[in-house]
This record gives sequence, C-alpha cells and structure tokens, in this order.
Amino acid sequence: MATITAGSTARPAARRAPIPKDRKKIQPMWVVGSIIIVLYAIIPILWILSLSFKSQTTITDGAIIPKHFSWVNYSTIFKTGVFVRPLINSIGIAIISTVIAVLLATLAAYAIARLNFPGKKLVLSAALGIAMFPPISIVGPLFNMWRSLGLYDTWPGLIIPYMTFSLPMAIWILSAFFRQIPWELEQAAAVDGATAFQAFRKVIVPLAAPGVFTSAILVFFFAWNDFVFAITLTSTDRSRPVTAALNFFTGSSQFSQPTGAIAAAAIVVTIPIIIMVLIFQRRIVAGLTSGAVKG
Amino acid sequence: MTTVAEAPTTTASAGGHRRKQQLTDRDKQERRLGLRLVAPAVIVMLAVTVYPICYSIWLSIQRYNLRFPDDRKYVWFSNYGRILSSAHFWQVMSNTFIIVVISVVIELILGMALALFMHRATFGRNVVRTAILLPYGIITVVSAFAFQFAVSPSIGGFWHLTSPPLNNHSTSLFVIILTEVWKTTPFMSLLLLAGLATVPNDYVEAAKVDGANAWQRLIRVIVPNMRAAILVAVLFRTLDAVRIFDTVFIQTRGANNTATLSQLGYNQLISQLNLGLGSAVSVLLFLIVIFVAVVFVKGFKTDLGQVRGER
Repeated sequence: MATITAGSTARPAARRAPIPKDRKKIQPMWVVGSIIIVLYAIIPILWILSLSFKSQTTITDGAIIPKHFSWVNYSTIFKTGVFVRPLINSIGIAIISTVIAVLLATLAAYAIARLNFPGKKLVLSAALGIAMFPPISIVGPLFNMWRSLGLYDTWPGLIIPYMTFSLPMAIWILSAFFRQIPWELEQAAAVDGATAFQAFRKVIVPLAAPGVFTSAILVFFFAWNDFVFAITLTSTDRSRPVTAALNFFTGSSQFSQPTGAIAAAAIVVTIPIIIMVLIFQRRIVAGLTSGAVKG
Repeated sequence: MTTVAEAPTTTASAGGHRRKQQLTDRDKQERRLGLRLVAPAVIVMLAVTVYPICYSIWLSIQRYNLRFPDDRKYVWFSNYGRILSSAHFWQVMSNTFIIVVISVVIELILGMALALFMHRATFGRNVVRTAILLPYGIITVVSAFAFQFAVSPSIGGFWHLTSPPLNNHSTSLFVIILTEVWKTTPFMSLLLLAGLATVPNDYVEAAKVDGANAWQRLIRVIVPNMRAAILVAVLFRTLDAVRIFDTVFIQTRGANNTATLSQLGYNQLISQLNLGLGSAVSVLLFLIVIFVAVVFVKGFKTDLGQVRGER
C-alpha cells in the first residue's frame, strides 16, 4: 500500500498535462448526461403539472402539453374544502413534529457527541434499529391504543409516530455533526470574558445551527411524505393530512374523475419540496450521507 | 482503542486516591447529565415502537376482530398457522420478494451510474445533484399517482395502450417497480457517491498507470474499496422496499394479486378490523425485516469490520 501511494504521488506531475485535454474532449458527453438526468427527474413532475392545467373535458385527450391552460382544478380544490383542511393539517402536523423531534434529537446528540456515559453505543444502535422498523407492524396496536386514549384522528395521534420515526435519523445526523464542532472555542470565548450563556449563544449556536437545520429539513420531508400512519390513524378531515386526503377526492360531479383535482393538489404539496431542494441542496445531500458514511 | 483508553487510567491511579475519587464524581455527574439528555428521545422511541410491537405479538395470538368484539379468545399460533398455510400469503410474499429484488438490483446499477457521473462530471454537477433530489423529496403518493395516470389508457393517451397495465398482475408489478425505481434511485446514488469519495484516488490512478481500462478500474479497484458504502446502501433500500406500501396502495390496492406484506397487513387490520390475523401478518413482516438485517450484518461482518478498522 505504501509503495502504491509513493509511486502515484510521483506520477501526477508527469501526467497532469494530458488530463485537461481529455476533459475538453469529453465535455459534450457530460452535457448530454446532465440533460438526461435532469429530464429523468423532472418529467413525472411536469406530467402532473400538465394534468393539473387540463379541464374536465381535455383531461383524457392524451396531450402532453395542455391545449388550453385552465385553472379550474386549482380553484376547485381551494373552494370545495376537500383540500384546504388537509393542507392545514399537513403543514401543522409536519411543523410540530419537526420542532419536537429536532429538539429531542439535539439534546440526545449533544450528549452522545460530548459526554461520556454508559449506553451511548446502545442508543445509536437502538436508533438504527428503529429507523429500519416497518411502520405497518405497529399500526394495529397504535390504532387500538389511540382509540382508547382518544388520540385516534387527532394531530397528536400523528405527531407522536412521526417524531418517533424521524428521531433516529435526526440523532444520527446531529451526533455526526456535533462531533466536528470545535468545542474548545467555548472555553476560548470564556477566557476572552464572555459569560457561559454568551459563549453558547455567540459561538456554539452559530456552529451548530446548520446541522440542526439540515436535520429539520429531513424530518419535515419525512412527516410531509408519510402515508402509512396518515391513512390508518385518521378518519376525518379533522386531522387527515393531504397524502391520505388525495384518496378521498371526488370529481366536480359524481360521475367525473378526480384526476385534475388530484394533480393540482399534488402540485401544491410538491412546491414546498421543490423550493427547499433548490435552496438547501447542499445541506440535504450532506445530511443524507453523513449518517450513512460515518456510521 | 484500548491502549488509548488505558493511558489516562494509569495516570489517574498514579495521581493518588483522592484525585481518582474526584474524577469519578465528575464522571458520575457527566453520566447523569448524559443519561438525562438522552432519556426523552429514548423513551419516546421505545414507547412508540417496542411497546406496540409487544402488544402486536400479544394480539397475534388471539382471535380478535373489532367487528365481533365479544368473540375474543386466545388461539395461540393458529393465526400464524392460517396465514402460513394460505396460498394468498405466499402470493404476497412472492410479490414482495419480486419487487424488492428487481427494484434494488436496478437501483444499484442505475444509482452507481448516477454516482459515478456526479463524481466525475466536469459539467452540471450541481444541477444534477439538485435535480435528483426532486424524486427523493417528492411525496411517494404523488409519484405513485403520476405513474398511475401516465399508464392509464384514457389519461396517458400518448402510449396508445390497448389494455390498462394496472388491470393485470405482472404489468402492475412492473409499474410499481418502475415507480419505486424512479423515486428511490437518487437516494441510493447519494449514498454511493459518498462511498465513492472515500476511494483513494491514488489507487485508481495507479490502476490506470498499470493499464487497466475504465471497466476494470470500476470492478477491480473502485467497487472493492467502497464495499461498505454499497452494503449500507443496499441494506437501507432492501429494508425500505420490504415494507413497500404507499405505491401499491395508490396504484392497485392489492388488486389482481399484487398485494405486498404491508398491504396485506393493512387489509387485515384496517379494512377488515381483524386485529388478530392482521397483527400476525405484522409480526411476520417484523421478523422478516430482522432476518434480512441480520443476514446482511452477519454475512458481511468482515467487510464492515474492515472498513471500521481502517477508519
């Protein structure tokens, strides 16, 4: 191994010149590749977008781009109430789950990264085990328990499983992140005359914020995306999130298909995802890979 | 690791009895704080998974249907007997198995290609990374609807399909797998990309110098050096695919014998309100997940251990 490294460190100097030439030649291949990958990612989304602009009469015309753009599906879903209440439920439940899960995960991850206590490894392994747990295996008991506890078809009834299943991911991301923070800076600030709180707020919080934020995005994605608990632990619009509500959409009349309305609602709930991906691309990638590589 | 841990202990004991006592006090305090900080998260996680799974096991040995609550009694393993001897269950097992194997294999190949592209690309690296996060981030239910509409002969007219693919067993499974692959390949590729970054560039360069072509470099040098990342990616995705529910529910709801284990559990628990039989299905799914995880971890222990040691 040592010999290989020694040999190859000598090499690049000699080989450095031809590499850019290679790259210049290859350029069109990367361009074509990028275009193919981008199309792969966005075509299904554009397809739903196109459907959402078709009216009841043109939805079955099979056109890829709508011949006449119509906002009727959007006005339908926002007027009839089949969508507005679930949308509020989705937003509220996802945000509350995110805040609580990230809070609990931050405490746990801080302890795992900085303190010495027994069972640290056990906590991380338990978290990993729970991340792989099949949700449907506990849906029956939760269904039964929630009915007797009065949590069935309520916001807390969904918030509790959401934060449980996103805690492992948040703990892994945050503890990997906290391990890299130079905690000595806290003492350095104290030496410079900062109070303990100032040192924490001015030095540690800015360093820890990106990690906390990354885990918050991923927890939000999880809660926003869930369907298993949404469909099993709710029964009315009181707490039903959008993912479940889409299954109860009906067309504008009894005999019309709800396709256009589903497409419009799908676009509305996809917009926040697209915005977050565009803004926080780097953080999401870092968060998704940090636990897996360092674990 | 052990030698490092031993060093402070010896200095502490050399420092005398009193100092050691002090250290233990501080240690105790630190332990207490650590446990207190971890406790809320651990309690929540255990309360919402371990307790219900035990409850599930208890329900699975009873005849218990919420529609006939009075007819409730312990039947021990007869629920399991009924499930394991039914042809429908084995159909469900085979569906789940087909979906898992085909989708994970395709995802691994496509994901590896994507990861290599992102690793080497001199153009569009950021655009590509942002684009592939869209399938990852999009709601599974939404992607399931997108593909369902696209293969519907009336809505997706551009294919000129004569019969609806979702009305037939094998074509339904094909559409389900296609949807899963589209949605989850990006996640796989990001895990593989992180693994690629850990392969020392020197090795690849050395192989190049020795005259290995691109394919040989990939198979002989890159893949063996990122085995752990590949294992983690395949394990994550396999366990995720075993519990597949959303796509199946939206696209077929188990019609034409396309149910998966999670769909079967849902049908028994929520549609039929049969908590006894449904819980037995849930417990079986749970055992299958554990079995897969143990096989992966045991079977590849040396690989994972090696990488851990290297780090």
